Formats: sequence, C-alpha cells, structure tokens
Amino acid sequence: MDYSDKVMDHFSNPRNVGEIENPDGLGEAGNPKCGDIMKIYLKVKDGPGGAVIEDVKFKTFGCASAIASSSMATEMIKGKTVDEAWAMTNVAVAEALDGLPPIKMHCSVLAEEAIHKAINDYREKHGLEVIPIREFDHESAPRA
Amino acid sequence: MQNVYLDYSATTPTDPEVLEAMTPYFTEFFGNPSSIYSLASKSRAAIEKARGQVAAALSAQPEEIFFTSSGTEADNWALKGAFEKLRSKGNHIITTKIEHHAILHTADYLEKTEGASVTALPVDAEGKIRLDDLKAAVTDKTILVSVMFANNEVGTIQPIKAIGEFCREKGILFHTDAVQAAAQVPIDVNELRIDLMSLSAHKMYGPKGTGVFFMRRGVKLENFVHGGGQEKGRRASTENIAGIVGMGFAIEKMKARMPQEKARLTALRDRLIDGVLKAVPHAKLNGARGEERLPNNTNFSFIGIEGETLLLDLDSKGISASTGSACTSGSLDPSHVLMAMGLSHEQAHGSLRMTLGRGTTDEQISYVLDVLPAIVSKRRSMSPLWEDYQKKTGEK
Repeated sequence: MDYSDKVMDHFSNPRNVGEIENPDGLGEAGNPKCGDIMKIYLKVKDGPGGAVIEDVKFKTFGCASAIASSSMATEMIKGKTVDEAWAMTNVAVAEALDGLPPIKMHCSVLAEEAIHKAINDYREKHGLEVIPIREFDHESAPRA
Repeated sequence: MQNVYLDYSATTPTDPEVLEAMTPYFTEFFGNPSSIYSLASKSRAAIEKARGQVAAALSAQPEEIFFTSSGTEADNWALKGAFEKLRSKGNHIITTKIEHHAILHTADYLEKTEGASVTALPVDAEGKIRLDDLKAAVTDKTILVSVMFANNEVGTIQPIKAIGEFCREKGILFHTDAVQAAAQVPIDVNELRIDLMSLSAHKMYGPKGTGVFFMRRGVKLENFVHGGGQEKGRRASTENIAGIVGMGFAIEKMKARMPQEKARLTALRDRLIDGVLKAVPHAKLNGARGEERLPNNTNFSFIGIEGETLLLDLDSKGISASTGSACTSGSLDPSHVLMAMGLSHEQAHGSLRMTLGRGTTDEQISYVLDVLPAIVSKRRSMSPLWEDYQKKTGEK
C-alpha cells in the first residue's frame, strides 16, 4: 500500500491518542468484523462564539489509514466550535492527509461519522436536537 | 537498521548459482527447442536435464514432469483438465476450504460455468482436514480430490499419504498443491500415492514464471494450454528454457540441502514461536506445532490490532512480513484460511505471518523478538478493541 508521507507521519506518530474521562461527547463508528473501530472523545466548553471543542482524543482499531484519519481529523477539529467541527467532511480529512488510496477512503468517512456521533452525543446531553448523520455502509463498500 | 526478510512463503530470492546456470539460456543458447539445428539441441538437452532433476527430487519419472508458467497454471490444469476429461463419469470435485485461490477460484469457475459440483471440506482448529469428512463426501460422481500438501498461511501439513491411499483405493484422482510444501519437506510421489501435483520455482530459490505439473503416467487429462506440440503435445508454448533450467537446478540444490536446512529452520521457527508467545501477552499461535507444521512457518494473532498496522510498523524496523487481514487482501473478509479454522474476525484481522528461509539467522530472530512486543503494545494502547478485550477478560 502506497501511502503519502502525511499518512505515514500521522500513522507513526498519531496525535490526540487516548481517552477523556467523563467526556462531553462520545462517538463510535465501524465494527470489528470489517476491521475498523473508531472512538472519539470530546471535551466541550462554552465560548463567546458558541460551544468549543476544548479537547479531543481518539482510540482506533484499524489499518494505517484509519489511524491517520483519526489523528488528522481530531487535529482539525480541536479548538473549533462544535458547529465548525460538524461541517468538516471526510474529503477535507483525506485532502489534509495528501490523499488516501481510493479503497481506503472509507477510513476518512469513519472519522467523519465518529465525530458526528460524538457531537450528537453532546447535543443530546444538552437537550439539543440530534442531527441525522450519514452512516458508512460497511457491508457493501469496496475495501482494501 | 537491520534488514530482516521474513516472507519466504510469498517468494524467495533467486539463488545466485541458479541465476548463473540460467543466464546462458537467455543470451547464448537461446535457440527454439523446436528447431532442428544444433543450437536448438542445446536448448532441448537443457530442458531434459531439468526434467530429470525435478523427477529425481520427487521420486517421479521424467516423462511425468511437465513445465508450466506457474503453480497457478498447474492448479488450473489439474482441475479443469480433470473435469473436462472425466465429466462423462461424474462432475463432483472435493477440495478444502483452506486451498490457495488458484484452486478455490478455479473450482468456483467450474461450478458456476461448467456444471461441476464442488465440496470444500472443513478443517479443524489447527487447519487439518479429517479423513472421515473426506470419506463421507465421496459420491459415485466424485472424479477428483484436491487437497493442498501444506497451507501457505498457517503451514499445516495435511495427511497426504492417508488421502492418497484412500483415493487410490477408490479409483479417484488425487491432486495436491505442493507449492509451499515442496520447498520445505521431502516428497515421494509414489509413497504418498499422488497422481497430480503442482509446484512453483520461485518458492524454492528459483525464478518466478516457472512451475511444474506432475502427472502420473497413465493419467489422462485434457490439455489446458492449446497450441504447438511442446511438452509432448500436452502443454503448448515455446519453452521458458532459462526458467526451466532454473527450476531444475533450484529443486536439486534444495533437495540436497533439505535435511540440515529443515532442522535449522525448525529450531529457529520454534524459538520464534516460543519467544513471541512468551513476550506478547494474549498472543495466539495459528496452526499446529511440531512435525505437522512447515519448518519455516509462523502465524500469530494479536487480538486488538489490525494486521496492516503491524506490517507497516515492522517495515519501519526493517522487517518484511505478511498478514491475513482484509486490509491487505483487497476484499471485505479477512483470510479464508483463518476463518475456516474458526478464528473470529478480530483474530483474523490481527494476524501476522512470518516465514523463514535460507537468509534467516538466529540474530534476526532475536531482533524480531526484541522489537515486536513493543510494537504490539503500542498499537494495542490505542485500540478500543483491546480496551474492550481487557474489560471482558479482567486483564490489566
């Protein structure tokens, strides 16, 4: 598998690995059958421009692109408002990694999905409306 | 950084002496063996010498040896050739769930497009078929049994002699894919009652692009490659003379070295297995131990990690290995072999195969045992699966 230097960097030295105790938002995507599970932990605080993601951690079981996507995605949403974080797409994650092999694009979708689930968890806890999310179809997707 | 190649079951480097023996047949003795001038007779003589070398290594007769382009072609020939020749007698083929895709996909093709009926025998937790399952699967329509000699992923050696004796008694053709086994353990086609067998040169320090099909005298199959009259009219195409010379020399040299190399590799293998099981908590060995495992094969599952990450981390330390994870297979599912042995998806995704060979040293095994545990523990520490596993087992 030929990965970009960025992917290899984030795979070899992943940022924001770990857990947050009593997270404000927790999201999990993927399943072990397919070989990917991504778990995102959010610490959220209120700011003047809305709720801000103060800290984010991840734990991921999966291939190099899954770990790199988790690392990059968490880096991209750290310090952003929750609304800004919601708007981050999987394509933006893949582009920030200088691209993923086509058969590995689903890894970036998993990152988007896990973040959306974590944000929805936060919204639910705060009495906000849960936003519908697109879930990645693990069973029928082409994979590597 | 050390350079440790541990993927000898994927392919081996061509032995420099083998390459040297091959070279003149590219440049100097390049004549087409089908021609009549004296240059061509050199090519013919080289091919016949190689045929003799292969036959001697297998206790076969030279006229039972046919050169092909690969082990895969030999597998295709066995299944398609037998089915087409014998379809009037029956359409039933018995094979196993752990065959190489060269067998499984060929059997699928025959089933889907040619009306074959295929039984794939299950295996036990170590990857071995049960003779009783084979006996129960045979019908009056069974025309061929194809069971691999030793598995490429987990190294489990099948009870070939017992299968051969049973098939001979029943009058059913017996084919074995010995692509992995032939490079590691002695094979006597008569003692083992083998009718058809596939071999590959590049697994035994020969060149890529050359295989062997053993066809016992008296066995009639349809041809697979149609065209000119090469290989006594059984396998068309201008002979790959250099490749054939390489195959002959490689198998002869390998056979001569086998007794001491088998003992040497078995000791290294067992040191690696014991070392990994001791140094890595919750590591699982896939396959058998002792004589029922190829001397050069190790295969582990590390719950909580995905195989591709292991391979890349090992690669960054100069170690080349392989995995049964789906991430490297290009399909949705992890290794069909590991799944047939009853592993969970998680265990199969977290598998690591390290296969040893001529270049493997005691020092290299020490190096692997040095770096592998830290890699596993680093990747587990970021895995939610490992976290769940620890909670489930109360492991700290």
